[in-house]
Formats: sequence, C-alpha cells, structure tokens
Amino acid sequence: MIRVELPYHLQTLAGVGAEVTLTVDGVVTLGSVLDALEAHYPMLRGTIRDHDTGRRRPLVRFFACQEDVTHDPPETPLPEAIASGAEPLLIVGAIAGG
Amino acid sequence: MSTIRVLVGTRKGAFILTADGGRRNWSVTGPHFAGWEIYHLKSSPADPDRIYASQTSSWFGQVIQRSNDGGRTWEQPGSELSRQDASPDDEANPPMPQGESNKFAYDTSEKTGRPLTTHQWYDGTQHPWEFTRVWHLEPSLTDPDVAYAGVEDAALFRTTDGGESWHELAALRNHNTGDGWMPGAGGMCLHTILLDPKDSNRIFVAISAAGSFRTEDGGETWKPINRGLNSEFLPDPTAEIGHCVHRLAMHPSNPDTLFMQKHWDVMRSDDAGDNWHEVSDNLPSDFGFPIEVHAHEPETIYVVPLKSDSERYPPEGKLRVYRSRSGGNEWQALTDGLPQKDCYVNVLRVRWLPIRSIPAASISARQADRCTYRRMVETAGRRSCAICRAYCPLRCRRCRDPRRTPLPSANARRRRR
Repeated sequence: MIRVELPYHLQTLAGVGAEVTLTVDGVVTLGSVLDALEAHYPMLRGTIRDHDTGRRRPLVRFFACQEDVTHDPPETPLPEAIASGAEPLLIVGAIAGG
Repeated sequence: MSTIRVLVGTRKGAFILTADGGRRNWSVTGPHFAGWEIYHLKSSPADPDRIYASQTSSWFGQVIQRSNDGGRTWEQPGSELSRQDASPDDEANPPMPQGESNKFAYDTSEKTGRPLTTHQWYDGTQHPWEFTRVWHLEPSLTDPDVAYAGVEDAALFRTTDGGESWHELAALRNHNTGDGWMPGAGGMCLHTILLDPKDSNRIFVAISAAGSFRTEDGGETWKPINRGLNSEFLPDPTAEIGHCVHRLAMHPSNPDTLFMQKHWDVMRSDDAGDNWHEVSDNLPSDFGFPIEVHAHEPETIYVVPLKSDSERYPPEGKLRVYRSRSGGNEWQALTDGLPQKDCYVNVLRVRWLPIRSIPAASISARQADRCTYRRMVETAGRRSCAICRAYCPLRCRRCRDPRRTPLPSANARRRRR
C-alpha cells in the first residue's frame, strides 16, 4: 500500500484527509503512483499534471524520503520506503509568492 | 416576494448574499471553495438556481463547479458518470467526478479544430497558446445545460451538457489576426461574453489585449469590431486589433447598442460594434474596468473610474460610481454609501446583472489581480447601484434611488493624461 500526502487544496477537492493510501501495480514510480492517484480520485485529474499534456504543473513538487524527486523522470522507481508504505510520497504546493 | 441573490467571487473563495426584494436584511454564506480563487460565478437566466463557478489556482489549475440549488450545494459536473458501478446510495463507494469538466483543451482536431498557433508575448516574441484558467462563464439565455467559457490564453469554449465537458469554438483562436494578440497585465484573457437575446448565433467577446470580436454564425467566423478605438500604446493607435478592452455591456432590449470600458476611454457603438465613438465626457478619469447597463433603462449606464493605469484607485481616494442617463456623456457621481476618503481600492471587471421578474437571480463578480477583493454593484428594480466596500461584503449598503443623486458641477471634468 502506497501512502500519499496531499496538499490542503487537493484534500478539499477530493474530500479526503491529508493522507490517502493507494494500491500500485508493478514498479512503484512517481508516474505509476500519480496514475493510481488519479484513477482512484479522478477529480484530481488536471490538478497535479496538466489535463492535456500530462506535464507536471509548474508549482507542484514531489518529495520522497526527504528528497526532492520533482524533476526525476516519471518512470524512476521511488525509494523502497515509499514502495513499502513506510514513508509517504509528499505532493506539495510550492512556496511561491510568500 | 422576489429574492435577490448576489454571487461574489474572491481570491479567498465564493460568497453568496441573499435578501428579499426589499434588500434590507442580507444573509451571507461562504466561503465556498475556501482557499481557492473564484474568477467568476454566474447563474443561468433559464434557471437561476443553476450556477456555474470557475474555481482556479495557480498551483492546481482549473476546476468547474456547478450548483443546482442556488449555491447551497456544489458538485463538479460529471460525477454521475464517474463509474459504471457507482451508486449514490453506496456510501462506501460513492460516485466521483471524473475531472473531465475541468478539461479545457484547445481543439486541434481536423474535423472541428484549428492548429495550435502562437500569439505575441510580452517581449514581442511569439508564444504558443497555453490554457491557464477560465475567466468568464456565460450561461445560455434559454438552456441551463448550455454555457460558454472565456479562457486564458484567449479562446471560447462551450458546454452543452451542463458543464460535464467543454469544447472549443476554435475559429476565434485561429482568427488571422491571432499572432498579433498580446497579453495584458492579467494575461491574455477572454473576459467578456455577450449573447444576443434576439439572435442566438450572434455573440460578442472581448479579449485583453486583442479587442472585441463578433460572430454572426454561432462561432464559425469572427470579425474584429474595433473601428473607432484609439489606443495610444499601440504603434498604430487605430489598428484593427491589439486594443485592451476591459469590458463590454449590452441591454437585452437593444443588442445593437454596445458600451465599452476600454483601458482608457468609455465608448459606445450603435451598430453592433462596427463603429465606436467616445462617450467619456465629464468623467474625472475614463480609465477603469467595469461598465454596465441599468436593468430597465437601456440608456442608463454605469462605470467606476480609476485615477489612471499607473495609479489604479479611485480619483482623490473617493470611491464613486458614475452614471450616465443618456447612454454616455453627462456623467454624474453616485456616492451614497461609498467611502469618500482614503479609499484606494480597485473595482475590476465586475458584472452588474439585471434582476427583474425572476424569483431569484444572481450578480457575479470576478477577481483579476492581486490588489483587491471583489466589490459588487447591482442595478435592479426601482433602486439602483450600490457598491460594497472592499474586503467585506457585510458592509453592503442598501441601494439608493438614483434620482436623488445631484449632478456634479459643470467643471467636474478632469481628464487623464
């Protein structure tokens, strides 16, 4: 079970708490976790990755085990602690504008 | 007794103000969508309880919300279609919105679309069209499930299924002047949509900073309607496009007459935009954003002047709505209930909608920059025109009879520049 922490705005949009759990088939990568997140919470489609292009929205960032994985290729495997559910993947709204 | 409903969009969320026809006691609900920017809310003229809202965020993009009960409850359209096995009675497995209602993809298909081209960027280079947000939602005059959306970068979308999906009317974006359109300070936004009540195929739109356009065939072709505009910031001040139109207004009884608040200048057209002439006359400044027509008086119009494009607050720190009862020119200040000292706010492209014989109606407001919240002005019934003070809708004052307001002195004119 993968744990994902959502920023407040996406919590309210999805009607969930700060952390959601997901089942991810196959290799646990940033891309596969986001795919699973959007499949389970389709109202989040377009909020993390652009609806049309699939690109990460510019002010959204991803952290795994205290590491910024925002710019890692989406097919890069996430750390074992994320894959095992020991640590959550953090989806963060960037601090921009104060 | 009729009900008045005011829809307010702010950077902090949406608020709904409700009162009976006397407008003495108001109730306020909100913030709805707390923490999200609400660029526009508007109810359907065909069903005032059907409200569309543009919820947006620089971080998390565009969300379309819809209410079917006057704003008491909201949903992202399309939740009923979320899953084949979805059941509204299944609490453990409730239906979910699919997010398709939030998808505004420029139509590049061969059948109905147009190629993705470029427009002018701030530095003069060409920049591809990129969707940012929905600035304006204009429900159909006759069908609650039909609505138009004006977006940034400038384009026009339409839904025919109550907002569950949106399709671009791509001919506008692909107009042969498109590479000369440029963003204003707020982005290259399509911020005004006017639907002709006498001809469903005729639509007017305004884009900052491209100008005004008209279609006579439901969006298949578009014509720039900017003749008579003079914009000194342009290399050619009378160019066909490039004008920073801030708002258009029309009275439904006379759709050939249009009013415009341009970046500078208040303008009027009596031939559906083919030709414009200036009607700024004695305004203390003719820079501003909103313009609207009285609900029952087609020749009574309102503007809220700002000092200048460099100092975007009311002249002398006095918040004044100016009214012309002659369709432009001969402006008089309306000040009752408005702060007349130390008021340095900005009224942006608010929309003042008529409230007539329908049991409940709405006034929508939209935010457009970082400096202010929304204020609302309404023009309804026998009473007219009150502006809510900045930052707190609870400070609304009841409307005053417009006829009570004295005319300004003959020397009140103090123009810009």
